Amino acid sequence: MTSRNHPPEHPDIDALKSRALNLRRLMLDMASGKGEGYIAQGLGIADCLAALYFHELRYDPATPKWQDRDRFILSTGHYAIAMYAVLAEAGYLSVRELASYGLNGSHLPMSTFDDTPGVEMVGGSLGHGLGQSVGMAIGLRLDGSPARVFNELSDGELQEGSTWEAAMGAATFKLDSLVAIIDCNGIQADGPVTVKIDPVADKFVAFGWEAVEIDGNDMQAIVTALANARQPNGKPKAIVLRTTPGKGVPTLERRERAHFVRVANDEWDALKAELETHHG
Amino acid sequence: MVDTAATTAGRTRGMGELIDVIGKTTELAPFGTTLAALAAERPEIVGLTADMGRYSDILPFREAFPDRFFNVGMAEQDLLMIAAGLSKVGKIAYCTTYSVFITRRAYDFVAISCAHSKANVKIFAGMPGLVNGYGATHQATEDLNMMRGIADLTIIDPCDATELKQVVRAVADIPGTVYVRSLRGKVPVELGNDYRFELGKAKVLREGSAVGIISCGYMSMRARDAADIAAGQGIDAAVLHVGTIKPFDRDGVLAFASRFDRLIVAENHKTTGGLASLVVEALYDAGLIKPLVKIGLADSFFECGSQEYLEAKYEVDLPRFVRAILENK
Repeated sequence: MTSRNHPPEHPDIDALKSRALNLRRLMLDMASGKGEGYIAQGLGIADCLAALYFHELRYDPATPKWQDRDRFILSTGHYAIAMYAVLAEAGYLSVRELASYGLNGSHLPMSTFDDTPGVEMVGGSLGHGLGQSVGMAIGLRLDGSPARVFNELSDGELQEGSTWEAAMGAATFKLDSLVAIIDCNGIQADGPVTVKIDPVADKFVAFGWEAVEIDGNDMQAIVTALANARQPNGKPKAIVLRTTPGKGVPTLERRERAHFVRVANDEWDALKAELETHHG
Repeated sequence: MVDTAATTAGRTRGMGELIDVIGKTTELAPFGTTLAALAAERPEIVGLTADMGRYSDILPFREAFPDRFFNVGMAEQDLLMIAAGLSKVGKIAYCTTYSVFITRRAYDFVAISCAHSKANVKIFAGMPGLVNGYGATHQATEDLNMMRGIADLTIIDPCDATELKQVVRAVADIPGTVYVRSLRGKVPVELGNDYRFELGKAKVLREGSAVGIISCGYMSMRARDAADIAAGQGIDAAVLHVGTIKPFDRDGVLAFASRFDRLIVAENHKTTGGLASLVVEALYDAGLIKPLVKIGLADSFFECGSQEYLEAKYEVDLPRFVRAILENK
């Protein structure tokens, strides 16, 4: 069994940034093909996904069900566009099949199903991911597996009570191997996050977790936080990412209604050009 | 663990235990004792509860396998998520709490975390229907209606301790998520050692010719008791026990129903959305239209009170059953 990524002491930050740029390109291609999508969230989480899949996680795309793989649980199913981009970049999917994103009959639906290679859960109903991750971490520990469990969830998802049931459980069961990655991008379906959820990191600390809050679009900060989360101390770990929706494409970064993006066909080319210019 | 004292005591009256078991042998905690025995053979089995370990009979498992037992606290959504997560890394997760908390409180988690994910989660839901006096908050009188609406979910309503013990073992090999209306405490032993639970197969528990009773859960036990009483008055009723609600044994029910001019359907559930609805749908679809009496609960929330009082008040007790047979011969 070949596993990817034995985290080195000195990660190649430039290489990871390059991966993140590729993910953003793939996402814009998918969104323009479909004409719409949850692109803002995807662009926002791209840096973290690049750090996870090309630095931190242990997995083998040739054997998606490898028992000792690290699990990445995407709780926010509508971030599917980002998930498919990273799965293609990592070798689970072909880049060519990304063109079917969101189309009828595609196995790359706009919200994740668990029959897509590399997707670990049905992710559309928010508030399910952290608890399932708790169960996986308990089970892997029972088996003596070295595998760790990483769960992405969102700030809006913190409004679901089930998230806090799971947070209590994770601390109770002392799940060292569980890392929650909370994407705080400040938006939800109706606009800006409506319910007071801050301070997020302090809440997790109060629930018995170790928690850190970082700029979720700062690659060095992300890999440092992931490295710190490897330290065994009997507590689950929370990494609170402050991300910018639409990151890398200034027009989308400035857009007020960013939860679901639908623009005219010719505008997608302009957005793609912005990504390249902005990056350059 | 047969309790003959319960026989001489005549009735069991603990909360959530069954009444009208005069003369029946009972067995203590058949769910938990069987699960503990099975788990000795199947290391992949884990057990969970949401603060209802004592009241769902899973403690024998905890005592035998403390490292494989998890009490998640009063958090039913978490119970089902954790169970689903455990299943995804290869475990068979047996979960327990009360039916009401699984169904009303955590419905989306049964549907999405478990059933949709084909998670190997076996839910043993305590106190289904009207089997306690704590009022509507604790009486899962619409659980079959809710659960049958979920795709890829198996639903089982065992009759007695004999069947429950077989179900505990059988569900380990039924893929996906299973919802079992569990019986707890001193559970009557109604069925003989020759009884065999088969998934999706209704079983004739008593032959007769005057009227056909189609029932599920412990109402099948009551159906036999009522049929025995009616037989003393020369009325010979047959009883078909539908132990599996989903997948529903449509062919078996139709074959049984076609033999009788009049039918009685009995369930520990509202008469809407449960067994009676399933039977009526099957009969109507097959063009088999017959007079049919429903024994079950009205569409209502129910009072607190003793089990005897509630069953009499809501007309699901043994006398009501006997009357239904005698009036529909």
